[in-house]
Amino acid sequence: MSIIGFLIPIALFLGGLGVIAFIWCLRSNQYEDLEGAAWRILEDEDEDEPPGEGPDRGGSG
Amino acid sequence: MNAALAGRTADGATLPQPTRPDDVQAFVRHQPDGAWALDLMVEGAHCGACISRIERTLRRHPGVQAARLNLSTRRLHVAWQGAQEDGAALHAAVEGLGYPAVAFDPERLEADGAAGQQDLLRCVGVAGFAAANVMILSIAVWSGHALDMGPGTRGLLHWLSALIALPAVAYAGRPFFTSAWRALRAGTTNMDVPISVGVTLACAMSLSETIRHGPYAYFDSAVTLLFFLLIGRYLDSRARGHARAAIERLMLLRAARVTVLEPHGGQTVVAADQVRPGTTILVAPGERIGVDGRIVSGTSSLDNSLVSGESLPAAVGPGDRVHAGTLNLDSALRIETLAVGEATLLSEIGRLMELAEQRRGRYVALADRVSRYYAPVVHLLALLTFLVWTLQVGVIWQIGLLHAVAVLIITCPCALGLAVPAVQVIASGRLLRQGVLLKSPTALERLAAVDTVVFDKTGTLTVGRPELVDRDRVPQAALELAAAMAMSSKHVLARGLVAACPDVQALDGVREIPGRGLLLATSEGEVRLGQRGWALEGLAGATPDGPARPEIWLARPGQPPQVFRFEDRLREDALATVRALQDRGFRVELLSGDRPEVTAKVAGQLGIAHWRAGVDPTAKTAHLQALGRDGRHVLMVGDGLNDAPALAAAHVSASPSTAADISQTAADAVFQGQRLGAVLELLAVAQKAERLVRQNMVLSIGYNVLAVPLAMIGLVTPLIAAVTMSSSSLLVVGNALRLARQRR
Repeated sequence: MSIIGFLIPIALFLGGLGVIAFIWCLRSNQYEDLEGAAWRILEDEDEDEPPGEGPDRGGSG
Repeated sequence: MNAALAGRTADGATLPQPTRPDDVQAFVRHQPDGAWALDLMVEGAHCGACISRIERTLRRHPGVQAARLNLSTRRLHVAWQGAQEDGAALHAAVEGLGYPAVAFDPERLEADGAAGQQDLLRCVGVAGFAAANVMILSIAVWSGHALDMGPGTRGLLHWLSALIALPAVAYAGRPFFTSAWRALRAGTTNMDVPISVGVTLACAMSLSETIRHGPYAYFDSAVTLLFFLLIGRYLDSRARGHARAAIERLMLLRAARVTVLEPHGGQTVVAADQVRPGTTILVAPGERIGVDGRIVSGTSSLDNSLVSGESLPAAVGPGDRVHAGTLNLDSALRIETLAVGEATLLSEIGRLMELAEQRRGRYVALADRVSRYYAPVVHLLALLTFLVWTLQVGVIWQIGLLHAVAVLIITCPCALGLAVPAVQVIASGRLLRQGVLLKSPTALERLAAVDTVVFDKTGTLTVGRPELVDRDRVPQAALELAAAMAMSSKHVLARGLVAACPDVQALDGVREIPGRGLLLATSEGEVRLGQRGWALEGLAGATPDGPARPEIWLARPGQPPQVFRFEDRLREDALATVRALQDRGFRVELLSGDRPEVTAKVAGQLGIAHWRAGVDPTAKTAHLQALGRDGRHVLMVGDGLNDAPALAAAHVSASPSTAADISQTAADAVFQGQRLGAVLELLAVAQKAERLVRQNMVLSIGYNVLAVPLAMIGLVTPLIAAVTMSSSSLLVVGNALRLARQRR
């Protein structure tokens, strides 16, 4: 049973990573435009600029 | 894709007034990093191709640093280095691609709503994390009950669950706790009170069980419950968010700006409500008048259609009264301001509207009606359980409380909280794809009860702009000449002429005489195109008066004068839509502010038996209220300013996206594009949604009826609670999803 001494902390740690990643996504406005993001991935060309620069205010940032 | 694009472009062309360049200027902001920024609301952008078309076109402009279109909100953000004036060029570039775009101020959009939604989403995330992890531990405990887990291990797992669940509940439960607290302090109760009480009690009781090394802890139920409820709450706020975004958009669209002439020369552009009575303002042709006032100088014709429903432009000159909301057609006017803001006719209409809306505001959504009975019943049942167990059965009070809490958990309106929002989000998403925007959260419910549809005429049943009639009877040469001259004018009728014969080259040397028409000097003499009295000036032989409808006359030397008559055409599917509505058993009426002969003609063409003409906003409202008193549920479809109070007075209302801002604000639904058939779709989806909502209600209440007795007799273990709760939630969501799959 001593195995749960490892498994439970590991499970909690991994789950916690998930929550942190989720909150990071939320903070950096990645949920701003789900519809647009679905289309943008089909773009062949790279954007001229890193996406995080300026425009991520997007009006409601 | 191209077809869709073309369709959208056509929509755009019907926008009543495109933003003028100086409007755009007013919205250009200076960013801290030295760049200029402009935010635009783009209409008609629908897919990835639109994104890349718009963004790439803008990025090609010199100086543009960033261009990003948010497809969900249709907002475009552009930032550039260089001159402030470039904003107008960038705006023009977007419109040049066929997307009508309107500038707005993002600061004013920073409503608390967006932040609230983010917070909700964070709560969903935290609750989801906690629910998953506590559930893993709980599964171990449940299997431990069946096998032989020692109380020590079970205690450890319970403590771990508590460690995860308690902070998570404290964090993710805030939306419910604050709302419940607010309700209690105000002396009322809402759905959040039983939720908060249930979750808090479940946690407290589980904690005490854990301390006492008891076998049952409900941490998993408490957290899962929060998780599901938060999802429902988030969906609900998304559905409302759509509505809010739509309203904001409408309010910001063409935010009225007025050009004020300073007494010592010069002009300034200010917001309409900041103009003081007595100041003189300048109204350019094609601009909407922002104040009530008197014309000081200039002659022009005014389009009153938004205010009175009258489709024929009215000629005005110095001394005439003008009203806010009318559109100046021909030439610039100087107007002395008599009334602004609160005192204008516009505001009068606004007040009528508010009154009507208050009356409608009493409508209580089905879910709220249910929850009004829900909370007291649930709490009584829980109390009863506690009392019976402790007093009658005689167990220790902790056991009694345990069963009472089980009742609270089982009855927590999890499915009920999901049942309505899930259907609403799916229905409004489906309508959005058809170009119909639902603005009011209760619109679907009210639409489902509709039995009478009342239409406005101008701009609703008709296209709302004059088109040349009897094109075939007009000699081609005359039409071409007239169209070539008309190219240089922005008058509505001139545009109509050009639309009828678009392939001509603009003629040089055409002069526009404001309020009269167009003048072209040729070697043979003057060619005049314009008002009858002016064009035929000095010509012998008066021509018979036609019916009073918009017309332009063309007078050429040595040839008989030629008349071009115009008519507001019916929307293409107006007849089909009216027929379909009548076939489905709706009573269809026509209410118009226009003259009886015009209204009668339209009613005749569409086969509408019940029509009234010449009705002003008050009479329209009164008529709708009378219909309401007869027990009818009226859907009002209208676009004009004069319809706004009626839209608010109707049981439920819809407007085309070309309507006046105030009408769109008053309407519960706004449909884009040329198709009136959107009304049919709206009614059909609403009826389906209503059916699904009722099914979901029955499902979730039925589940309660089955599960509550089990909880009251103490048979519900944490395992059973978790299973029933999750399954009922999945059931209602699954049922709601059927709406998305039904394609017609």
